[in-house]
Amino acid sequence: MNLPAAARPPRNYLNASYSLHTWLFTLDHKRIAILYLLTITFFFVIGGVAATIVRLELMTPAGDLVESETYNKLFTIHGITMIFFFLIPSIPTVLGNFLVPLMLGARDLAFPRLNLLSYYLFAFGGLLTLWAILAGGVDTGWTFYTPYSSTYSNTYVMTTAVGVFITGFSSILTGLNFIVTTHMMRAPGQTWFRLPLFIWSMYATSLIMVLATPVVTLAILLVGLERLFGIGIFDPALGGDPLLFQHLFWFYSHPAVYIMILPAMGVVSELVACFSRRRPFGYAFIGFSSFAIAVLSFLVWGHHMFVSGQSPYAGLVFSMLSFLVAIPSAVKVFNWTATLYKASISYNTPMLYALGFIGLFTVGGLTGLFLATLAIDRHVHDTYFIVAHFHYIMVGGTVMAYLGGIHFWWPKMTGRMYPEGWARFSAVLIFAGFNLTFFPQFILGYLGMPRRYHVYPEEWQVLNVMSSAGASILAFGYFFPITYLTWSLWYGAPAPPNPFGHTGLEWQTPSPPPTYNFDRVPIVEEEAYNFDPDDTQRKAREEQELPVG
Amino acid sequence: MRHPTDNLYYLVFAALMVLLLLTVGVSRYELGAWSLPVAAGIASVKAVLILLYFMHVRYSRPLIWLVAGAGFFWLAILFGLTLSDYLTRDWPALPH
Amino acid sequence: MAEHSRALAHHFENLEQQRDAGELGMWLFLTTEIMFFGGLFLAYCVFRAWYPAEFVAGSETMDVTLGTINTAVLLTSSLSMALAVRAAGQSQRRRLVALLVATTLLGVVFLGIKSYEYHHKYEEGLIPFGGFPFAYDTGRRAGLVTFLNLYFLMTGLHAFHMVVGIFMLLALAVLAWRGGLLGERSLPVHNIGLYWHFVDLVWVYLFPFFYLIAVRSGGH
Repeated sequence: MNLPAAARPPRNYLNASYSLHTWLFTLDHKRIAILYLLTITFFFVIGGVAATIVRLELMTPAGDLVESETYNKLFTIHGITMIFFFLIPSIPTVLGNFLVPLMLGARDLAFPRLNLLSYYLFAFGGLLTLWAILAGGVDTGWTFYTPYSSTYSNTYVMTTAVGVFITGFSSILTGLNFIVTTHMMRAPGQTWFRLPLFIWSMYATSLIMVLATPVVTLAILLVGLERLFGIGIFDPALGGDPLLFQHLFWFYSHPAVYIMILPAMGVVSELVACFSRRRPFGYAFIGFSSFAIAVLSFLVWGHHMFVSGQSPYAGLVFSMLSFLVAIPSAVKVFNWTATLYKASISYNTPMLYALGFIGLFTVGGLTGLFLATLAIDRHVHDTYFIVAHFHYIMVGGTVMAYLGGIHFWWPKMTGRMYPEGWARFSAVLIFAGFNLTFFPQFILGYLGMPRRYHVYPEEWQVLNVMSSAGASILAFGYFFPITYLTWSLWYGAPAPPNPFGHTGLEWQTPSPPPTYNFDRVPIVEEEAYNFDPDDTQRKAREEQELPVG
Repeated sequence: MRHPTDNLYYLVFAALMVLLLLTVGVSRYELGAWSLPVAAGIASVKAVLILLYFMHVRYSRPLIWLVAGAGFFWLAILFGLTLSDYLTRDWPALPH
Repeated sequence: MAEHSRALAHHFENLEQQRDAGELGMWLFLTTEIMFFGGLFLAYCVFRAWYPAEFVAGSETMDVTLGTINTAVLLTSSLSMALAVRAAGQSQRRRLVALLVATTLLGVVFLGIKSYEYHHKYEEGLIPFGGFPFAYDTGRRAGLVTFLNLYFLMTGLHAFHMVVGIFMLLALAVLAWRGGLLGERSLPVHNIGLYWHFVDLVWVYLFPFFYLIAVRSGGH
């Protein structure tokens, strides 16, 4: 439509140019974040479809919907797409890419071309894996254990392995970019202890991405070489050790779960601070705990191998270290709780997600302590107890925080407000659906139902039906944000620079920001989270006539 | 930032060649279980020379020291904890 | 800064920040390479502990003379690379080009010798994978098979890294010949130098681990 000059939206990173060429070859970290957003949502849907079929099958004790080989492929595809192509990239590549330069007061990441390369590596790896799925699938489980994956499986292991191999480089380059940017491109006055806690989390996550990913890259390469050429490092018949694969695989894959949760914790710190109107309690402790988690996460991988044939003495060491890694996570939960105590809390949608995170992550984390206990793990390993444990953390934790972050920064990223009513409804629906899906799985696992099986004894059907019913509510719940967020792009209220009244440099720019972020490099003179409880926030809200708490 | 001179590079190179001859020479002797640690030890001296001088770590800022050190530290974690499995597999069984 | 050098990218404030960022990025990349190769060295340690006698047997099939020459070649190439980085920093164009070419040639010599060694292994029936004729019973010589597997894996991956390095050096040589990469634009030389030294560093460990396990009284 033809608006008069004064009413036309100012030039920002979205409308700077519309051609496909400028999007596909962009060097702007914000546009790259949007590219990632679209791509990971696509993979989330694929992973979700796989999960839907799994839960449908599990409504009846008999294997009557799909064959066992197909079932194996379904949970494998669900795991691979969700972990490698949704969860691991999610917050770092969407929110991290968008926000890290803005929060630091920089014009872009240190290496914009590497950033674009990261995206294309990710997309290409994902396409290869998608091809493997469409061509017939993989049935090794997302864990690729040898010798099944290296010798015996007849499915598209190679293609999938190459896809994941390539995507690993995307992860490494993103982490590298974030670390260099954080060290080298902070605005004047932006000391480490004035940084938002989201940056601390992203930095710690990046450490893991850089140090852990190469090892799984190697493990996958070796599986591929064994499959192709018979170079048998993992094949007992050729003198190899299958457990060596597990060591190399889990050396990455345990820290990988912290790649998935640390950014979520960073988001939660921001949301809790903003909607409590408070500097997070124990800011330095929360920051250091991110580093502690990153370092300790590398010391515990053997807890995935308690019953694999690992030496029980190594098991003892890993068990003890696994108890240790819970401590910094607990520190965060205590600090968020203390931040909330007697604060003036507003229950906006992002805050609902943050509160949901705190509760669900605590449950997931505590059940992790159960699993770190050798004697208990012996019984519940490879049962639904494990499945429930990690879904509480990854879905109840990471996905909730991701949604909370997407809503919170949506006005900044798109220049539009989302519809608050629908958003709150969806958050509650998702929370309810999630718990109905996964809490029964704790019980099922404790009762002994093994994971990765599509048949089970009749007496467990009630719990399985509850879980599947919950999954349908959860799926329905996810459908809402996808819809109304898309709707808001055309019909949402125009967003002001700082709709929620939060601190941080990203809120000093227009919504959406201009391509180069800042006209002049900002100079930071205040401490982080310098909330002024009296004037600023209240005035900001009154101006925008936003609903109060 | 101080830079190494060409002469320093030649010196380091000479040291590396001497260490090469040393490691080949030592391998002619039967060292039993010590052969791996000795070989790794001499290789590590060469590695340190390459790192400090050819790769300029000696003349770099502390952050570079940290990054280089972190790589080897994390490698030590990979080795240490994995070997805690392999080296204890033959130990007597735990009582149960 | 009053004037902006054409070498300065728009998102950096000054050349020093740009250079420091580039150097830090390269070191982080090398850290990933340490972890990558490190996993293979871990495998080596595990299997050497499992098959001590067979690893000695495997090492006896290696040509120590060629291995020593190759190590010397690679160390010399590191010297020429370090000198090249210095030449770039001091804007000595001809010297830079000559040293880059020298480094490349030494790298090619290394790969040539390596290819010869691989071919020799093929002739002796010492490639236990890929359907090549293998001179021994794989079931009974599991340790020897593992030694050879690791030899080809680790030196093969190393050689791959060298090939990539050689291509990058050639590109640098061309750019240097045209007058680029001098003075404030010398960061790529510095960074690829770091990469090249790292590849040399890996070989410094590979050589004794594969060639020098067996006790030999004379030459091979």
